[in-house]
Amino acid sequence: MTDTGYGTRTLGVAQRRQVGAYTLLAVHDDAPAPRPGQFAMLAAADGWGGGEDERPFLPRAVSVCGHEEGRVEYLLEAVGPGTELLCGLQAGARLRALGPLGNGFSAPREGEHAVLVGGGIGVAPLVLLERRLSAATVLLGFRDAPRAAAAGLFTAPRVATDDGSVGAHGSVLALLEPELAAQGAKVYACGPTAMLEAVRALCDERSVACELALESPMACGYGACWGCVVPLSDGSYARLCFDGPVIDAARLDRVGEGFGAAS
Amino acid sequence: MSVEFCGLRLAHPVINGSGTFDALAAARALGPGVEEDFPFAAYVSKTITLEPRAGNPPPRLWEAAAGMINSIGLPNRGVDSYLGQDLPRMRFTVTGAEGPVPVPVITNVMGSDAAQIARLFERCDGEPAIAALELNVSCPNVATGLDIGADPAELESVLRAVRPLTAKPLIVKLTPNTADVAACAAAAEAGGADAVSLVNTIRAMAVRPDLSGPWLGGRSGGLSGPAIRHTALAQVSAVCSRVRIPVVGMGGVQNARHARELMAVGAALVAVGTENFRDPAAGRRIAHGLASQPI
Repeated sequence: MTDTGYGTRTLGVAQRRQVGAYTLLAVHDDAPAPRPGQFAMLAAADGWGGGEDERPFLPRAVSVCGHEEGRVEYLLEAVGPGTELLCGLQAGARLRALGPLGNGFSAPREGEHAVLVGGGIGVAPLVLLERRLSAATVLLGFRDAPRAAAAGLFTAPRVATDDGSVGAHGSVLALLEPELAAQGAKVYACGPTAMLEAVRALCDERSVACELALESPMACGYGACWGCVVPLSDGSYARLCFDGPVIDAARLDRVGEGFGAAS
Repeated sequence: MSVEFCGLRLAHPVINGSGTFDALAAARALGPGVEEDFPFAAYVSKTITLEPRAGNPPPRLWEAAAGMINSIGLPNRGVDSYLGQDLPRMRFTVTGAEGPVPVPVITNVMGSDAAQIARLFERCDGEPAIAALELNVSCPNVATGLDIGADPAELESVLRAVRPLTAKPLIVKLTPNTADVAACAAAAEAGGADAVSLVNTIRAMAVRPDLSGPWLGGRSGGLSGPAIRHTALAQVSAVCSRVRIPVVGMGGVQNARHARELMAVGAALVAVGTENFRDPAAGRRIAHGLASQPI
């Protein structure tokens, strides 16, 4: 059977590396270079379906964290049966992948300065974004020191932790607020729902442009199932996989109920 | 491998279940290979209604043992938008034994009573780009609250009213959520259906992790995937024993073996649904397996 290029592909794990509480998987992949904010649907080629309650069944949507020629990197946190299996993959293991998928972040316009705001595992797409930008302010929030190890994936981050073990004590929002006073700030954020809602509200109040990389459980990742929708301010629903996962914050009333998490 | 179905010549016997493959979105997300080497021998659209529908509030998905529950709520932009904007772009080719051939479009429609269905049939009947109609009867009757397709007498009566309004082949997509699916299939045949398709999803529910209520925004949903494969086999078998019109069998098909099992109990065509979510080229893989693998 000839490969027409649109099906789910079987790829090999090149490297697995622990980054504090997270796992960085490097995968051999010759697909076109992903844009920051894009994602792939991933499943382990073996053992998928073999966990508790015979899960996982569906592939998992995972943000692209890094890319170099022939190699794509994903940052994962084990939070359920799917991510647990993916985090356990060793070099040489096979996985099934569809991607890169979705709309990434838009580039800052002339005169705009990128301010990247990440929380927890949500820092993943910002790693690739920072590498593609000539200049950016990077602000990261984590629960604790093992998670804050992911800050090491960035060139020049400023960090806040909930427990004060690394960087500033408290929320990343406290780091963001003074940055918004500068002319031409453009915020790019990814993280937990509560953080994204706080970022959205703050940017809205200060009239600062803001793009949010959102998350929702997905079945397909390519616009087929309509399962991953989020409500927009115009009353319609957007498919996160197809219209997102990066959404202009101005299109949302709030980030809240109905915005889910990976498993 | 080519097959005859309701007067249509199909390159192979594998099509998609309605609502499990958005061909236009797939082409944009995955590239032009989708349109040029389409995974299915016919393309069944998602369900189209007279008026636009936003669909159900999220969450819409639940991962189940060997399957999933969905409560999507049939979002679509309405028949005017479908006919005016989407249908003209649905030009796909599939590779058959004699090279690339056009993929017929089967338009799936739903109305909450005979009058709505009649208007949908009338709108679609004059469209040459529609090769056949599929009627989704898993819709509650606005007056009785019962699914039109769950009651044989109601189903036959609705079909008798609407069948004369279109010259196109008519497939009735049966609901599995009924006491006697074979009786419903017989009612569809008596009402003038040219084929029946089954199974739709099986009514199902998921409870929130903290036990505080139903997980899905639409409260209940439909179970699909390998979890329902043997239920589907039993229902397809019962229907094939009861009617003379061709039957499109579906439910949990993941590979050519599963497709062969449905055909062994009498299905003329096999539809792939949930497996498309795990691999957009699943239909192509299964069709190829049917053509090349011995039993």
